Amino acid sequence: MTRNPWPVTRHEAADEPIVCRCEEITLSQVERAIAEGYDTLEELKRHLRAGMGPCQGRTCLPLLARILARKTGRPLEQVFSSVSVRPPLAPAPVTLFLGGEDEG
Amino acid sequence: MKASADVVIIGAGVTGAALAYTLAKRGLRDVLVLERRFPGAGATGRCGGGIRQQFTTAPNIRLAMGSVRIYEQLSQELDCDIEYVQGGYLILAETEGELELQRRAVALQNDLGLPSRSLSPGEVRELVPLFDTATIAGATFCPTDGHANPFRVVEGYLRAAQRLGVTLEKFTQVTDLMVRGNRVVEVVTSRGRISPGVVVNAAGAWSKEIAHMADVELPNQPVRHEILITEPVQPITEVMVISLHTGLYFSQTVSGQILGGIGDPEERPGYNLRSSLKFLRRFLRELVRHVPALGQLSVLRQWTGFYDVTPDAQPVLGPTPGLENFIQANGYSGHGFMIAPKVAEILADYIEHGEVSEDLARLSLARFEGEVEGEGFVVG
Repeated sequence: MTRNPWPVTRHEAADEPIVCRCEEITLSQVERAIAEGYDTLEELKRHLRAGMGPCQGRTCLPLLARILARKTGRPLEQVFSSVSVRPPLAPAPVTLFLGGEDEG
Repeated sequence: MKASADVVIIGAGVTGAALAYTLAKRGLRDVLVLERRFPGAGATGRCGGGIRQQFTTAPNIRLAMGSVRIYEQLSQELDCDIEYVQGGYLILAETEGELELQRRAVALQNDLGLPSRSLSPGEVRELVPLFDTATIAGATFCPTDGHANPFRVVEGYLRAAQRLGVTLEKFTQVTDLMVRGNRVVEVVTSRGRISPGVVVNAAGAWSKEIAHMADVELPNQPVRHEILITEPVQPITEVMVISLHTGLYFSQTVSGQILGGIGDPEERPGYNLRSSLKFLRRFLRELVRHVPALGQLSVLRQWTGFYDVTPDAQPVLGPTPGLENFIQANGYSGHGFMIAPKVAEILADYIEHGEVSEDLARLSLARFEGEVEGEGFVVG
């Protein structure tokens, strides 16, 4: 069984800024999505898959929030407050959870 | 926001999105979709994406078969890649009792024209090469089952509906339904009031609360289900695997990630959305028992969502007794993504022509007044 490098899908080399490095999402893709109406962080994340890679958004979500705040004129705190945080926060080996007794 | 609409759909999950598109395609374009958060924020965007036809009741089998015929050409129809993989569903059995249930289910499924069949453990290994066949007694397989990306399905349906004139209002919460005589005459929202022709309750796990606003009691209960996704690996299988014995399910997404969950018989109804360590341990132990090589992976993310569960694990569909313009489209009990495309068609038949199909009649809210035959294969 061979592990895949991220991202799994093949991308062309981009000659513009990349916002989400895990999924190779570029600035113009983000700006286009916002213009199409994906104007909250949760919607951008689901539409572009930005923030769904191994870093779990640690790098790109603050960047996405700033772009979104600038494009929509909404305060950064408001834009950034809505995003969900999901365990285990960093990739965790399956073997960590095998063996032992069930927790309650 | 519009002050009136021929059809007001509450909920922009797969049910509301598919219905909005199906109505608009038929020329009913004065459709307003109200969504409390954003499209797919509820169960649809949290589900495993499986599209299964192997059920134990005729309505579920027929609705799922009708949906597969739609899913097969949906990417093209909506001009949106829904990441549809028709790799089949493998249902695992570990006991003689489960094998007997499967034999009866396959007989009914074959009668209805579904190409499902029983498999020996050795045949399972041909479909899923890394599978440890010592863990099972047998299985069934249906090659036309599959899976797709729920985000893409909702997005595709809604975008196509909007191109045809449907209006979507997100971050708009329904706060009350005003009833006069036998009709819902006003939908009150956080952003204004709407005068509806027909109101459709497609609010998933919150449908019970929406119905309550019109003094209609649904027997539905929200039940938390947990799910996780791993890092990606090279393609292992296109088959979706589920277990009657443990409630385990998993598949490999087109991005190469393993996506799966496991039902918890101890879970009580309620609106708890927290993730648990208990789930991680139970799911991973069962996954690795069946496919030991997956123990080499890392878990990327876990989350939860709700099944909207009815007493017979079948949906509540169609007009409400006593309220002729209030239509239920909920209670999917974990199977909404699988059957939504066909449900949208039979609901559109009713809204457009007043036509009540056999399945719509059998799945109406009124059925809970009599004896009901329940769905036997609820997994995950």
